Amino acid sequence: MEKVLTKDLQPGGMPLDLKGYEKAGGYQGLRKALKMTPKEVVEVIKNSGLRGRGGAGFPTGMKWSFVPTGKDAPHPKYLCANADEMEPGTFKDRLLMESTPHQLIEGMIVAAYAIEADVAYIFLRGEYIVAAERLRKALAEAYENNCLGKNILGSGYNLDMHLHLSGGRYMCGEETGLLNALEGKRANPRTKPPFPQTSGLFGKPTIVQNVETLCNIHHIVNNGPDWFKGLSKSDDGGTKIYGASGKVKRPGLWELPMGTTIREILEEHAGGMKEGLKFRGLLPGGASTDFLVEEHLDVKMDFNEVQKAGSRMGTGTMVVLDDRTCPVGMVHNLEHFFAQESCGWCTPCWSGLSWAEKMLKGLEEGQGQESDLDRLAFVCRFAAPGNTFCALAPGAVEPLQSALKYFREDFERHVREKRCPWR
Amino acid sequence: MLSPEERHEIEAEIAHYPDKRAVCIDAMKVVQKHRGWVSDEALGDVAEFLGMSVDELDSVATFYNLIFRKPVGRHVIMVCDSVSCWLMGYDRVRDHLTSRLGIQLGETTPDGRFTLLPIVCLGTCDHAPAMMVDNELHRDLDAEKIDSILEQYK
Repeated sequence: MEKVLTKDLQPGGMPLDLKGYEKAGGYQGLRKALKMTPKEVVEVIKNSGLRGRGGAGFPTGMKWSFVPTGKDAPHPKYLCANADEMEPGTFKDRLLMESTPHQLIEGMIVAAYAIEADVAYIFLRGEYIVAAERLRKALAEAYENNCLGKNILGSGYNLDMHLHLSGGRYMCGEETGLLNALEGKRANPRTKPPFPQTSGLFGKPTIVQNVETLCNIHHIVNNGPDWFKGLSKSDDGGTKIYGASGKVKRPGLWELPMGTTIREILEEHAGGMKEGLKFRGLLPGGASTDFLVEEHLDVKMDFNEVQKAGSRMGTGTMVVLDDRTCPVGMVHNLEHFFAQESCGWCTPCWSGLSWAEKMLKGLEEGQGQESDLDRLAFVCRFAAPGNTFCALAPGAVEPLQSALKYFREDFERHVREKRCPWR
Repeated sequence: MLSPEERHEIEAEIAHYPDKRAVCIDAMKVVQKHRGWVSDEALGDVAEFLGMSVDELDSVATFYNLIFRKPVGRHVIMVCDSVSCWLMGYDRVRDHLTSRLGIQLGETTPDGRFTLLPIVCLGTCDHAPAMMVDNELHRDLDAEKIDSILEQYK
């Protein structure tokens, strides 16, 4: 099984410096890309079928093709790495940035070249202190070795890249919220259209792309779209960094072929449930994805298959629920997070989510009523896609609506017994 | 007044953006690095330096989790209360911290040594439960480990 993104991981997780990275084959993809035209690079990424690894799974090459190019295109154009990893249960980008900072930088330079960007920003979580230190060092090395700056490697292409440490808010992970935050504003979402590809950061064409997506770019340019498709076990190309947390024997991260089954990840890589515990369900890709249960264990973890099973692959890092933990309590914890992180811009989100949180708290404290279950279901419909300004609220109600479906008996017991049966 | 060092650090950030107001979050973080928090006076100085109104800057300051608009202790403990840590025993970690320090979440110890705050997912879910103290991450927490960690911060 070929590893791509984690092949250069060193024992102890220390990153390679630029020399070591180049020795391991680094910056070859960039050299190759600079000999191609930007349009050719976009074509290669399009043909690879790469889909965004931040959760939404939008085809990367298609996204890039919406950016105006050529003589009349507005400048400066921008590329932003979305390194604001704040989806609860998600810890994959931390690994990539801490252990392979040059990989992200190289992927970003190639992506920036493809859309003819002038400036690139890494929008990093303020709490990721180690990643910040290592990225700063790697950026300095890249400038020293002419991989960044003017006339990159003699190609005539110029690119500046800067690191921005976020002030911290979940909304910054939303594409247009991130742009507002980079402009020094509250990270409220923006109206679309216009889409960032035509009018983004400071009103200029901008691409925002997740860290893991960007880390793939130069490998695809170097090895070709067919190689990338061949890495996968499904229609979506490439490898994926999967993870598991919760009460499994070996929580962690694993780079595996895209389309590996949930069962294989859970049982072979995470080692199954801890001694004495049984599996009840999981959030396949972070807090904002619907629960899947026993009957879904053989579902392949890719964008289409998880969607067919009624959830989303999201970030691909699973959060596992065991049989000794209260599902209502878990959903209460999730809705507390979403209600707190809502930016307050639209009503279904700020009102609906805090209402759901209050009802779930009531259930946990033994004050729940039978009718609360219908009201919770109403909040899920109220905050559905189409009713809200951005994807926060629709994502927030995914674990709630699926918990009401799969763990209804647990909700009803809270009402009947007027207490949380797990305490 | 902003110190020469603070001005210098803020100006270095301004060089990275086409509009100086874009660095207002960075600027408040610079001030916070030197002073621990962002007072009304410091907020006014930053606003003036960047050509923003105080209200505009405060609306940004209060939006973000990592900008402190109230004084904090010498060390800030941020304990993760998101789902993976919750599954792995966040309640126990929180209860141990609050009883050990004699304060609730959002409070500072009377000796000014620690401020205890909740924080969202720290992205280290395979080593839950977790917390940060200042710039350092501490993982796989239990009562004993928390006690020895607290000892390191005077």
